[in-house]
Amino acid sequence: MDGTELAGQILYTWLTLVFGLILLPSAFGVSLGISEIYMKILVKTLEWATLRIETGVAKQSALKNSASIGIIQRDESPMEKGLSGLRGRDFELSDVFYFSKKGLEAIVEDEVTQRFSSEELVSWNLLTRTNVNFQYVSPRLTAVWVLGVIVRYCVLLPLRCVSPGLLFPSPGDLPDSGIEPGLKNLLSELVHLTCCRICVRKGGICVANHTSPIDVLILTTDGCYTMVGQVHGGLMGIIQRAMVKACPHVWFERSEMKDRHLVVKRLKEHIAHKKELPILIFPEGTCINNTSVMMFKKGSFEIGGTIHPVAIKVRQIIHSHTPPCQRHYLLRVMTSWAIVCDVWYMPPMTREEGEDAVQFANRVKSAIAVQGGLTELPWDGGLKRAKVKDAFKEEQMVVSTSSCQRWNPRCPFWLLLVQH
Amino acid sequence: MGSRSSHAARIPDVDSLRRETGFSQASLRRLYDRFQALDRTGKGYLSRLDLQQIGALAVNPLGDRIIDSFFPDGSLRLDFPGFVRVLAHFRPVDEEEEGNRDPKEPEPLNSRMNKLRFAFQLYDLDRDGKISRHEMLQALRLMVGVQVTEEQLESIADRTVQEADEDGDGAVSFLEFAKSLEKMNIEQKMSIRILK
Repeated sequence: MDGTELAGQILYTWLTLVFGLILLPSAFGVSLGISEIYMKILVKTLEWATLRIETGVAKQSALKNSASIGIIQRDESPMEKGLSGLRGRDFELSDVFYFSKKGLEAIVEDEVTQRFSSEELVSWNLLTRTNVNFQYVSPRLTAVWVLGVIVRYCVLLPLRCVSPGLLFPSPGDLPDSGIEPGLKNLLSELVHLTCCRICVRKGGICVANHTSPIDVLILTTDGCYTMVGQVHGGLMGIIQRAMVKACPHVWFERSEMKDRHLVVKRLKEHIAHKKELPILIFPEGTCINNTSVMMFKKGSFEIGGTIHPVAIKVRQIIHSHTPPCQRHYLLRVMTSWAIVCDVWYMPPMTREEGEDAVQFANRVKSAIAVQGGLTELPWDGGLKRAKVKDAFKEEQMVVSTSSCQRWNPRCPFWLLLVQH
Repeated sequence: MGSRSSHAARIPDVDSLRRETGFSQASLRRLYDRFQALDRTGKGYLSRLDLQQIGALAVNPLGDRIIDSFFPDGSLRLDFPGFVRVLAHFRPVDEEEEGNRDPKEPEPLNSRMNKLRFAFQLYDLDRDGKISRHEMLQALRLMVGVQVTEEQLESIADRTVQEADEDGDGAVSFLEFAKSLEKMNIEQKMSIRILK
């Protein structure tokens, strides 16, 4: 009996603490400063851990290199040096070396797939999953790591599981019969007001670069949006359906062509109502690993209206960015230390005269990339799922302007074909 | 997709692969991650299609021929040892290693001669040990592109074969190929360094 009583007491105290320290203040927009203190302690611990690992391990420069360059050392010299152009002749037997080297480099690592693997962190954040070169360094470090595991799985994880659970009995769950529709709407409004502190703007479309499904949560802490996105299965799907009951959202199946036209139609209607919430769209169409911005699909830019770009970048030290294609994505996020992101709300942009949807999309993409400090890539994120189009295979030879340039993988014609 | 830290224990025959290819354990781990990432359907081996889906390779003029070099003798499946064996040709040459090498052991895969052999078979499609004028023309068409006319292509092909051909049989054998490139820094041009 004593055991259960004690357990009951602990649970009761814990729930009160959670409610009092976390839920209530956030509902009223007050910050108690707990997160700041937590972050300070966290950063200090991680700096110490990094220093320990650096003094313990012999090869240091290699670790720093692997962060952004990728796994092979690239020779970025221009094509002319690689081929015989410098010697003024059209062709030499040795030209084959250049092409074969480039080909093999692509096999070992190509730009598209690289962007979908987790970034490796230069410093170590006490999660073994972020550092491929993790080795046993010292007993003290291992002890800290063990402590970290305990804290993450026994303290942070239950905390994060409970908080959404308390918020989620949404008005949508109320049975339809027996309750006035008016009352349901009123309740829905109330939930909105308590969850969203500021509603930034009415109408219009918000466009952001996509880093993870958590992006959505991050942005909604600041404002209310209508979401447009891919239907997911599993736990995410349940969350999605719950969200739909509270607000009108638009979910669709990426592979359905007809669906896309319907979606565009619905979005156009949505904007026409000025009082509706702004729509949040991620034009890349897929999650990237937070180092770059890929091609923006032109669909969202054809709808018209004002576009409000938002740039999101996750700060690397604390949280290693895990792409959502991996197994147990939610579990990994819940057991991370913290997610620290920078969100920049940028001034609105509209389509100019004579600019078509594709150019407008590229303009917005550049603005977001510059603001967020991300690399801009012209590739289509969809390439991680689908084959390279057959059109490329026919267009293997490039018509180039100068006599020296013969084959340039960064040639603009690649971009034109990719945009379809 | 995405990098999972794979431990060396999961790579089959890692020790014999290390001896054969000269790759370090860490490099093999990275290549194994890459192999698994390319194997999108998780079959355990790679097919031609898997390699063809690499964008940067698909637009490479020699893309198809490079893929063919991974599937010798008409095989349809590429397993990890086969994958690494081809990549081993591009391992940078380590000066120290060269000095310490036991002459009784077979030549390492990344020796100058083996690198040249790899390049040679990109030209020699029918594997008869000679690059005929016809094969040279085909390779030129791929690499030089639509920049030049057909007559120019033919004359370039003729010139290249003539310059390299020593015994006058109208084709370039492997030894003639190697001789014409003896001054070239092959070790540097055909090397890909894998960072740890």
